[in-house]
Amino acid sequence: MSTEYISFLEHQGKYKGIRSWIFATDHKRIAFLYMYAIASFFLIGAILGLLMRIELISPGETIMKPQTYNGLFTVHGIIMIFMVVIPGLSAVFGNFFLPILIGAKDVAFPKLNLFSWWLFMLGSILAVASQLLKSGPPDTGWTFYAPYSTTTGTNVITATTAAFILGFSSILTGLNFIVTVHRMRAPGMKFFNMPLFPWAIYATAWIQLLATPVVGITLIMLIAERLFGIGFFNPDLGGDPVLFQHLFWIYSHPAVYIMILPAMGVITEIIPTFCQKKVYGYKAIAMSSLAIAGVGFLVWGHHMYTSGMSEQARWFFSLLTFLVAVPSAIKVFNWISTMYKGSIDMKPPFLFALFFIFLFMIGGLTGLILGSVATDIQVHDTSFIVAHFHYIIFGGMGFAFFAAIHYWLPKMYGKMYNFTRANIAAVALFIGFNLLYFPQFLIGIQGMPRRYFDYPPRFQWAQITSTIGGFILVSAVILMITNLIIGVRRGAKAPANPWNGTTLEWQIPSPPSLENFDEEPLVKENPYDYK
Amino acid sequence: MSEHITHVEEHRDDEASKLGMWLFIFTELLLFGGLILVYSVFRMQYPANFHEASLELSVTIGAINTVVLLISSMTIAMAITAIQKKNKKLTLRLISITVFMALVFLFNKYFEWGHKFEHGLYPGSDLMQLLERGHHLYFSLYFFMTGLHALHIIVGMVLLIICYVKVNKGSIAHDKFVFLENGALYWHLVDLIWIFLFPLLYLIS
Repeated sequence: MSTEYISFLEHQGKYKGIRSWIFATDHKRIAFLYMYAIASFFLIGAILGLLMRIELISPGETIMKPQTYNGLFTVHGIIMIFMVVIPGLSAVFGNFFLPILIGAKDVAFPKLNLFSWWLFMLGSILAVASQLLKSGPPDTGWTFYAPYSTTTGTNVITATTAAFILGFSSILTGLNFIVTVHRMRAPGMKFFNMPLFPWAIYATAWIQLLATPVVGITLIMLIAERLFGIGFFNPDLGGDPVLFQHLFWIYSHPAVYIMILPAMGVITEIIPTFCQKKVYGYKAIAMSSLAIAGVGFLVWGHHMYTSGMSEQARWFFSLLTFLVAVPSAIKVFNWISTMYKGSIDMKPPFLFALFFIFLFMIGGLTGLILGSVATDIQVHDTSFIVAHFHYIIFGGMGFAFFAAIHYWLPKMYGKMYNFTRANIAAVALFIGFNLLYFPQFLIGIQGMPRRYFDYPPRFQWAQITSTIGGFILVSAVILMITNLIIGVRRGAKAPANPWNGTTLEWQIPSPPSLENFDEEPLVKENPYDYK
Repeated sequence: MSEHITHVEEHRDDEASKLGMWLFIFTELLLFGGLILVYSVFRMQYPANFHEASLELSVTIGAINTVVLLISSMTIAMAITAIQKKNKKLTLRLISITVFMALVFLFNKYFEWGHKFEHGLYPGSDLMQLLERGHHLYFSLYFFMTGLHALHIIVGMVLLIICYVKVNKGSIAHDKFVFLENGALYWHLVDLIWIFLFPLLYLIS
């Protein structure tokens, strides 16, 4: 029916040059905008992290003053959480592949999609500015706990405004994706014909939509507290700082699932492709995404076991925390069952996916230690926590992001990267990662507090190991990115279906054309029908 | 290729637009939900103070404003019916009445707040710091909640004014009025939030 094929990268729209990108409403171009921005922020955040690691290489002051260290871990947290991990997978790969995987030409509201990116950039610039402005970087930790955040002289207002704007951007992205899934599916594609990445993005979008407003209003209250002394979180004026913690975690725990659900979705796409086998337990995986999203709203209290809560509340939150582990475990068992008797092809995306499963399991199981009240009180606010959430966020979401980029890069750019270098980078990342974070579990149990720039000499062996791991990790990231850039610049041309996948994105040319499907896509009843 | 571009831009799905607006309304409800949660916590903690402080508010002005908003919700709903009946003039008139009602609401709010300000009662004032804790929290909540709501009134008014312009230009008409519907939905939301704020702040004692 249609004219000749022109890829979306070469398509000439109304604008030329840079404006054809920053004013683009094409979901694929917006995905690229997010990707470049997020990759830059990730590198900034990683450098801040590395600086902290260098500081911790020996006890006492090594390269910075304590206040600088406070600013570093706060801004590292703000950048990594609000600007990298929360938007990461859904804004980049969700934007690019959600419409394609459900056979749509774009998201439901393309202009709103662009507006979300602009908001994201505005918030990000403010967040970076909070680091550089005169009163000094915020030193509250990314959680902005009251009452300290209401009294400290640093740039807390700039940082919280940034977080508010980033949250608004996240809400609009979620809204867009929900409507896209409801209204834009190709003819013949029912909910249970969708691949599982869209399912994960859909569940995530509901969390983005319903949880983010709560932190939005909380941050506004915090700003008003600082400006006018409204007293909500100030015990001197009758307020309650623990109330802030509740409001904050009502959002920020579900936010953990905003990070990890799309990651699970990516892994669920990769495993059947490289095993050439139908995914095991399709409905169980789809439903477990929704279950995680639902139950995830009810577990925030487990961040606050030591903050002062009734015994009943604590065991109830503990029970719910154990419950939310069940759907996550369902997914892990399904992935492994999918591999069973599959014809496994160890390409880089699959290697990353395997590392993901390994690291995610360590992160998940240590999460249960934190979910039970007695053990949590022992390790609360120690580096055990730091290790746990890095295993989930970086080992989980980060490795899933790397897996996704290796899986989908041929489709996005139409180019192929070097497998050997990618494999070396993957293995180095895995080694560096474990060297960096595993020792933190051990000294955490022994009582190494988090957020301290100093420590007793008996912890030094672990801190040195971690710092070495940090350097390996950062080098591996640089190697991986370089390899991908070389691939995009000079790599071989990628075919339409390099991995022999069955989902819709592999039916169209690489890179896709402006409207993705120049012919009506062929919707199959089972998206993973390998022979 | 040019046919393709127009195709993307002309894609129109009224159901999707309305679904999008409903989802946005959920987020607004949760935004105020957070505030109502804070209100309930402090009300539980300081029931006597909250009772005394609420007597300071004028139920009359609050009630007038409630009626004003209810009428405005009715007129904007009538505007949707009018546009479907191809009565452009009536639609414009009904939108104008709605915007006028919004102005009346803000006018009343201005006097209500101004009265408090005159007595030195405003967020961050010296008097506020001297009040009993429960009174302080009550008035903080009062200004925060009604202030945020007034901000929503202003946003809603801007939306309605855009609707007016669009109806006038003819880009909202009897066969394409989803923008007006969404504007009206938003206006109902603003109204609904007030329906909750009024009893919470003025009536419960």
